[in-house]
Amino acid sequence: MLWVDKYRPKTLDKVIVHQDVAQNLQKLVSEGDCPHLLFYGPSGSGKKTLIMALLRQIFGPSADKVKVENKVWKVDAGTRTIDVELTTLSSTHHVELNPSDAGFQDRYVVQEIIKEMAKNRPIDAKGKKGFKVLVLNEVDKLSREAQHSLRRTMEKYSASCRLVLCSNSSSKVTEAVRSRCLNVRINAPMEEEIVNVLEFIAKKEGLQSPQGFAARIAEKSNRNLRRAVLTFETCRVQQYPFTNNQAIPPMDWEQYVSEIASDIMKEQSPKRLFEVRGKLYELLTNCIPPEVILKRLLFELLKKLDSELKHEVSNWAAHYEHRMRLGQKAIFHLEAFVAKFMSIYKSFLISTFG
Amino acid sequence: MAPVMQSSQPWVEKYRPKQVKDVAHQDEVVRVLTNTLETSNCPHMLFYGPPGTGKTTTALAIAHQLFGPELYKSRVLELNASDDRGINVVRTKIKNFAAVAVGSSRQGGYPCPPFKIIILDEADSMTQDAQNALRQEIMGSRILHICKEEGLNLDSEALSTLSSISQGDLRRAITYLQSAARLFGSSISAKDLISVSGVIPNEVVQAIFSACRSGNFDLANKEVNNVIAEGYPVSQMLSQLYDIVVDADDISDEQKARICKKFAEADKCLVDGADEYLQLLNVASSTMQALSNMPQDMV
Repeated sequence: MLWVDKYRPKTLDKVIVHQDVAQNLQKLVSEGDCPHLLFYGPSGSGKKTLIMALLRQIFGPSADKVKVENKVWKVDAGTRTIDVELTTLSSTHHVELNPSDAGFQDRYVVQEIIKEMAKNRPIDAKGKKGFKVLVLNEVDKLSREAQHSLRRTMEKYSASCRLVLCSNSSSKVTEAVRSRCLNVRINAPMEEEIVNVLEFIAKKEGLQSPQGFAARIAEKSNRNLRRAVLTFETCRVQQYPFTNNQAIPPMDWEQYVSEIASDIMKEQSPKRLFEVRGKLYELLTNCIPPEVILKRLLFELLKKLDSELKHEVSNWAAHYEHRMRLGQKAIFHLEAFVAKFMSIYKSFLISTFG
Repeated sequence: MAPVMQSSQPWVEKYRPKQVKDVAHQDEVVRVLTNTLETSNCPHMLFYGPPGTGKTTTALAIAHQLFGPELYKSRVLELNASDDRGINVVRTKIKNFAAVAVGSSRQGGYPCPPFKIIILDEADSMTQDAQNALRQEIMGSRILHICKEEGLNLDSEALSTLSSISQGDLRRAITYLQSAARLFGSSISAKDLISVSGVIPNEVVQAIFSACRSGNFDLANKEVNNVIAEGYPVSQMLSQLYDIVVDADDISDEQKARICKKFAEADKCLVDGADEYLQLLNVASSTMQALSNMPQDMV
């Protein structure tokens, strides 16, 4: 089992980072009353871990017994019926799903499943009516219609069903949905917190980690805890015992983007642009999201630039990323950004050095 | 064991007024409606207004008062955006519902006039009219009422904070209040409310702004990265940054105009789903350029 899964805290009192949030969640549960929740924060900050621990706190160990199901819903949409297929992860007390996987039909999924859950309301031994929890991932990718249809549904079925929403940015969740939830911001852990976690894992694994080694991994991780733990495990596999000057392997694709950046800086010509396009395609076919490539490329280029060019380049990066979101083929916009950069940089060189 | 259900209703639902006369601070509306109710002569009605001012509440209250709990189910049809509301639904569902005629029989002291009610909730997508003096006023008294019922202590500072962070949306205010009460007990301070509301602490906004003033791109970039890592929503950041820029005395009108234009563009891009980091970085860089009067000759 990967360390990321092995050392994921199972209960709220075992959490190492975000202890304050965990305490608040514990308080919510002990009041026997839990509002709808919206967790938001960057990836690798611990949203999912906290949600799973919260479910366990509410329902006990039975929340861990989950089964994966591929369900097909028949939705009656006026004149025809639509089949919507979606993978769900469910225990007796909760259902977890990625409604945005259903694409433009996500609205039906949200309505149908919530209504279905509201109908099958669990009753405990004392005859009290309980509630089920619906965990929705990637709410920021949910279509506007689906978010609208969540609004009244959340209020109407609030007695039998609690929603736990999980998203990377709360900007993309509509105001109406946000105002119906308790918003929980999960920030990315600080580097010291990451070091603490890594040292905790090292202790449990019985590893000797030299002074400053964990700190170097934490620094490279961009405050992403998942990534830090994965890197730590990679280092363990590559070389143990650890040495102080052991190289911390960067992600392959980051290395690759860095090469692209130096290619661009060295020569600005149509021929070079053509070569860069091939490399960008390579990244895209390896499923690196285009906006991630663009951001990383910007990061690499900014390192090498004079400060007067930085403004202009970051402006164009924002411009082309926005276009990319509206358009369909990412490669056009990535290439446009590279071409734009080459033209700016070349004219800068000509005006400075003649 | 499943948790106890009694107290688990959201306060928004718990304190939804059941009678028209209880609807807070819509005096004129209440007067007109009470009149209609007494005569049982009810025209078609269209309620409109910003979110959280009591449109749904009023409509539900009328229906309850006319028919009472027993007949309510058979006489009132509630359709909202969560139901599929294409043209077919309007044709079939509403037609079927309206086709069955009903008589007027007084039951249990309710007027029960001989017609049915269809509530078409959320007839359009809600408009984002933010600040509204009327709504602030509504809020104060309703919030105090809830505090009294729930035994909460709210000082005047917390109350004014609550009305400013919820931007006049009563539903949001009640949700914040309930969340804060859950987390921090019966004494609630302004700080507690800010922490549950998702408003960005002032220091963070100021840090970005002073980085822009410094004219140092790398410093601004670092602050932007920090905001993203801390998980603050950029749309919220823009609106708080906007307040600072507009209020600043030492920025010329032309500079303000340049900055605000950029804010508007970034806001539109965010709605389109553009990347938060790049947009905030762009805003910070443009603000910096405007503050140091650098030329901006891009499209």
